[in-house]
Amino acid sequence: MSAPDLQVPTPTDAGGSRAEAVPLDLAAARARLAGARGPQYWQSLEELAATPEFEEMLHREFPRFASEWPSGVSRRNFLHLAAASLGLAGLTACTRQPLEKIVPYVRQPEEVIPGRPLHFATAMPLAGFATGLLVESHTGRPTKIEGNPEHPASLGATDAVTQAAILGLYDPDRTQTLQRLGRIATWGDLLRELAGAMLAQRALGGAGLRILTGAVTSPSLAAAIRALLAELPQAKWHQWEPLGREASGRGAELAFGAPATVRLDLAAADVVLAVESDFLTAGPWAVRHARDFAARRRVTPERPEMNRLYAVEGSPTATGAAADHRLALAPSAAGAFLLAVAAELGMAGAAAPSGLAPEAMRWAGAVARDLAAHRGRAAVVAGEALPPEAHVVALAINEAIGALGATVVVTEPVEAHGTGYLASLAELVADLEAGRVDTLLVLGTNPVYDAPAELGVAAALGRARLRVHHGLYADETAAHCQWQVPAAHFLESWGDARALDGTVSLLQPLVEPLYGGRTELELVAALGGRGDLGAYDLVREHWLPRLGDEGLLRKALHDGVVPGTALAPKTVAVQPAAVAAAASALAAAPRAAGDGLEVALRPDPSVLDGRFANNGWLQELPKPITKLTWTNVVLLSPRTAESLGVRSEELLELAAHGRTVAGPVWILPGQADGVATLHLGYGRRAAGRVGDGLGFDAGQLATAASRWGATGVTARRAGGRQALATTQGHHNIDYTELEGAEAAKRRLVREGTLAEYRERPAFAQEPDHPHLDTNASFVPAWKYEGHAWGMTIDLNACTGCNACVVACQSENNIPVVGEEQVRIGREMHWMRIDRYFKGEIDEPEGIVHQPVTCMHCEQAPCEVVCPVAATVHSDEGLNDMVYNRCVGTRYCSNNCPYKVRRFNFLLYQDWETPSLALMRNPDVTVRSRGVMEKCTYCVQRINHARIAASREGRAIRDGEVVTACQQACPSRAIVFGDLNDAGSAVAAAKGDSRNYGLLTELGTRPRTTYLARLRNPNPELESA
Amino acid sequence: MSVDSPHAPLPAPVRPPVIAPGHSASTVTERISNIVFGRMPRWFWLAFGVAFMLVLGLLASIGKLLFVGIGVWGVTQPIGWGFDIINFVWWIGIGHAGTLISAILLLLRQEWRTSINRFAEAMTLFAVACAAMYPLLHTGRPWLAVYWLFPYPNSMNIWPNFRSPLIWDVFAVSTYATVSLLFWFVGLIPDLATMRDRARNRAQKLIYGVLSLGWRGSAIHWHNYESAYLLLAGLSTPLVLSVHTIVSFDFAVGQVPGWHATIFPPYFVAGAVFAGFAMVLTLAIPLRRLFHLEDFITMRHLQNMGKVTLVTGLIVFYGYLVEIFTAWYSGNLYEMFMMRNRVLGPYAWSWWLLILCNGLVPQLLWLRRVRSSELALWGIAMFVNVGMWLERFVIVVTSLHRDFLPASWGFYKPTVFDWATFVGTIGLFLALIFLFIRFLPMISIFEMRTLVPEAKIKESQG
Repeated sequence: MSAPDLQVPTPTDAGGSRAEAVPLDLAAARARLAGARGPQYWQSLEELAATPEFEEMLHREFPRFASEWPSGVSRRNFLHLAAASLGLAGLTACTRQPLEKIVPYVRQPEEVIPGRPLHFATAMPLAGFATGLLVESHTGRPTKIEGNPEHPASLGATDAVTQAAILGLYDPDRTQTLQRLGRIATWGDLLRELAGAMLAQRALGGAGLRILTGAVTSPSLAAAIRALLAELPQAKWHQWEPLGREASGRGAELAFGAPATVRLDLAAADVVLAVESDFLTAGPWAVRHARDFAARRRVTPERPEMNRLYAVEGSPTATGAAADHRLALAPSAAGAFLLAVAAELGMAGAAAPSGLAPEAMRWAGAVARDLAAHRGRAAVVAGEALPPEAHVVALAINEAIGALGATVVVTEPVEAHGTGYLASLAELVADLEAGRVDTLLVLGTNPVYDAPAELGVAAALGRARLRVHHGLYADETAAHCQWQVPAAHFLESWGDARALDGTVSLLQPLVEPLYGGRTELELVAALGGRGDLGAYDLVREHWLPRLGDEGLLRKALHDGVVPGTALAPKTVAVQPAAVAAAASALAAAPRAAGDGLEVALRPDPSVLDGRFANNGWLQELPKPITKLTWTNVVLLSPRTAESLGVRSEELLELAAHGRTVAGPVWILPGQADGVATLHLGYGRRAAGRVGDGLGFDAGQLATAASRWGATGVTARRAGGRQALATTQGHHNIDYTELEGAEAAKRRLVREGTLAEYRERPAFAQEPDHPHLDTNASFVPAWKYEGHAWGMTIDLNACTGCNACVVACQSENNIPVVGEEQVRIGREMHWMRIDRYFKGEIDEPEGIVHQPVTCMHCEQAPCEVVCPVAATVHSDEGLNDMVYNRCVGTRYCSNNCPYKVRRFNFLLYQDWETPSLALMRNPDVTVRSRGVMEKCTYCVQRINHARIAASREGRAIRDGEVVTACQQACPSRAIVFGDLNDAGSAVAAAKGDSRNYGLLTELGTRPRTTYLARLRNPNPELESA
Repeated sequence: MSVDSPHAPLPAPVRPPVIAPGHSASTVTERISNIVFGRMPRWFWLAFGVAFMLVLGLLASIGKLLFVGIGVWGVTQPIGWGFDIINFVWWIGIGHAGTLISAILLLLRQEWRTSINRFAEAMTLFAVACAAMYPLLHTGRPWLAVYWLFPYPNSMNIWPNFRSPLIWDVFAVSTYATVSLLFWFVGLIPDLATMRDRARNRAQKLIYGVLSLGWRGSAIHWHNYESAYLLLAGLSTPLVLSVHTIVSFDFAVGQVPGWHATIFPPYFVAGAVFAGFAMVLTLAIPLRRLFHLEDFITMRHLQNMGKVTLVTGLIVFYGYLVEIFTAWYSGNLYEMFMMRNRVLGPYAWSWWLLILCNGLVPQLLWLRRVRSSELALWGIAMFVNVGMWLERFVIVVTSLHRDFLPASWGFYKPTVFDWATFVGTIGLFLALIFLFIRFLPMISIFEMRTLVPEAKIKESQG
């Protein structure tokens, strides 16, 4: 195929063998595909489609095919969708048929086979950083996101927000048209307006031109902006990234004297100290952290060794729950704690701080000794919410314990334009207020909502003459701009982005932009007068010379990574002066005063800073620790709540810096006393139908000087209550205690220390009732001749990050039910993660997570009681659900001891929104009202593998069937496979001495079993 | 066991009569049939109007349910059953007294049953009608459940799951409803003929005439009638035991702590008789006053029903105590937690009220003074009605809301549609009772005629 044809995404085979440079003919295919409407006309074009002349003509005549079409779905896009629905029409019989006449393929496009998905490698940029993906596409519709095993930030896994991004693509609330002052405009209109502005700016050297972006790692975008700046030296590039690595970036710069990016390599870490850091689930490298961390916790009786994690945090996070030791400490004291550790290590310039609680001092000593004892195999990580000085001290400790270059890797900065986001935004605001800005482009960032209120971004924006906002949604910032340019979703985009280690991934679109969206690169190019070029041309223009040849470009697209782009580690030294300065700054930092509350502001575990506020999957995703959905709360410890005289769900008003916010209290064991943790990302005013008006805007309490918290906050009861939607527990704190106590009594989560494991590797299998034969039966057991599917979940690896829950939701077309339905207990997740607190409510000993899927019991209690035989056992051991047969008595659910069954009490599925119909997995039935459903072990994937194996005349290989939860799991906690295959991974896991079943005394013989959790406590801390 | 309870081996000679003195065959006929042929008092229509309004409310809430879904009710995870099954069991329990009175007491030759059996049977039928509505409506897709639950031959060769107690329910309840209807109707035939003969206009003649199936009162008719009635009584007797036994299997076969107990069948049957007699008392006491039937439903009847209530109440109370004992004796973690949760948990109020209503208040029936007081009896009957409803609430909701995995625990809150449906079935029940009173003799005329003194003399002479 000739060169210009590369505008076709390059498919990656579904995890199987990777054919080199597959000959592709999709462009022609698309032309043919689009031709499904008018056979006689396209009949002749079809012949043309194969010729290079025609291709050339097409690109010459219609460089941006859709640009003439003013709004929404262009004619061409519409044809794409209509063609895609050809496949759909046959598979989903109950959807409404399109009114227009549709015509089947006359000649099947190569590789597009209805029912057989293709996988394309691309990447998801989040806060600038890429996670490599393989996206499943059914007849032109992306339906499921998986991690790219070749990408270093993914290694095949993803996190929850990445899984949910597919819903973001099809979100009907996305900006669907280019608008000027709320009226539909054309790309041509925008180009004219920009050209006019640029004409004036060129004369001024760009003095009135400002571009505001989020964090940028994209080489092509950075190059384009730099080229523009070179042309217009007076123009400025500003950045604002609420989730940016600002503190760590600044800390590295202070410590090393030059900008640098610091990342952890936990594969080599035996002891990790996390201070106010949720490194296992938050940040651009979190998936990799979880993978490497869990890998160091896999024990065998032969090698009973594992790493040890200390977590010091103000509010419990998934990382704290996974820790071997967790200390609840106010974030304002975290810097002092780091100093204390440094002092214990005898570091120069670090004096033991005063005023740290004795327990924290004891901790600092024990941790310091443990870190020192594991020189070169230990690491300290500080959270982004800590000041840069704390990062300096953490880096200094890392240097002192030999971590730099071993477990802590330092490279040249990955961000293209620094990490001083707040200063950059402040400068922009100052320029705006001074009237120095004429034309402002806001690219994919929303400072009106998420920047500290005192900056006055909203008011300042009005001072620019021409304001263009580019984003997926017409958000709060768009409301202050004349132009709203719909952004192309990353699944619709050509582009590039780097991972935290610098690895570049090329983004290729899975679908033409649904709403005529543009990439940031296209908009910047348009500013430079090249508005006729598509993102593809721009990306290609950037990369072809750098990669050297077409084949390598194609390979980079196919693999999802550009080889050799990872940044080399560099040797650095922490400057002693910087440490001394940081130490004195930390010692002088304001600590929580005697009276007044300390407020900690943190990104929400589900919707982050609010950018995913309109994503129903993430809104309904139970937050890892609180299990709350759909809102944010004021997290208080039981003691603090008592002293304030508030109970859960009562509204509390918090005042700081002259601003107040009011939100419902949630009492959380493990929260540091005197600290109220508030999650950001709520109180959105222009998020969309899903996200608007949920929760409260905690960010109002942030200031430019202190973005992540405030001290001396006054709190008073605001009166009134807000009923909260939680999937587990109850607003009464005694309930939580009872729950934890009962869970412990029932030995649901079996846990032991490493020492116990060494002594008795099978501690988890010690029965409560030695005389009880849990396999006893009057009838002989069924013999499974073929496959016998089974699953294990390693509780020692699980971090409770929720990636599996969203993966399951995406794979299995699970609906969102809404806040009110969750409040009364009707959430539909097939997979849930149970969370229990151990010990006293005031001083919990730990927090444990337990993912629960259908157990596919051998003696399933649900099967016996269904009157219409709608749930039956398959000959491969699956507990099948026959939706068509189900009449909905709910008896099965009542009788299920694991309560994994979910009932469609109402019509939860959205049958109306057309874009959501495109999103659904065609292999999974979309359930209607009145039907019971539950985890199927992804039976559709089993069947895919079965068909593939039978076509090739072989048995299904171990590892060929990967369930959605298993595939997404960052820590590889879930293993699935054939129990009849003695060599399978799952058979090996079942043979592990930590393997135990849940509620086996009931005689259910569950097929999903657990591997017991292990703790590796430090004897020095344990003794007290 | 419940059938043994109103044992009374032989009527003591000095007992008060079951019919007031001074009645002859003609006065009996006159008094009872005149209720149907006479004008109904004003209060009757008012009361019927209220009941009918409730029926309309029932229809509206069923409409909402069918169009919107089960979600309009308060059922949720993990409490998959709520008012639907509570009310189903409550109504089916109430439906037990009729058959017990008609069949078992007939076989045991308890002649005091005569004046109350007719409307007790009617009550049974109406209660079963109310009950039968719930299992159908409580499914997610009733339009399919209505026939998929029956084993009908089909080309897919799919049969119901005969291991499921819900299928047993379908058979048990439908058999019970059929036999009860037949029993009631057969018992009505001689009286329908009387009504036909006394009818005052052509329409009445026609309708009662058709319904009386050509009854002429010949000896052969009586002979056939007696055999049929006795056979049906014999058929009904095991049903009294089987229906509630099978309903109790809905729970006992499940493995939810609080359900999975072998005591359930006898305890449910006793509870059903208990509830049924309480409901008969609830209806009989006002009716005998309002329609001046004190001569036919005498204090002797009320006292006997009070005794049956006391005995079955004791069995039920024993059941409650045994549940506590078993939970403790089992040493089973889940059972013990379930019991503690029942007694001390968030729904403890329902358990303590249950003990008050079903355990303590009926003990007043030990006192003759209480048994002889209409007001006291009626009050106790009302307590039992409430108590038996609470018993099902405790079994269904309290057991389900906290079972094995604490993470899945939940709470149940009935919605306005739950209440409208429940109150609506009470309205339906009352409306049907009112219609029955209006159109059919509520006391068996011909059987009452056998109780008047002249009948006795002839018998003794014969």
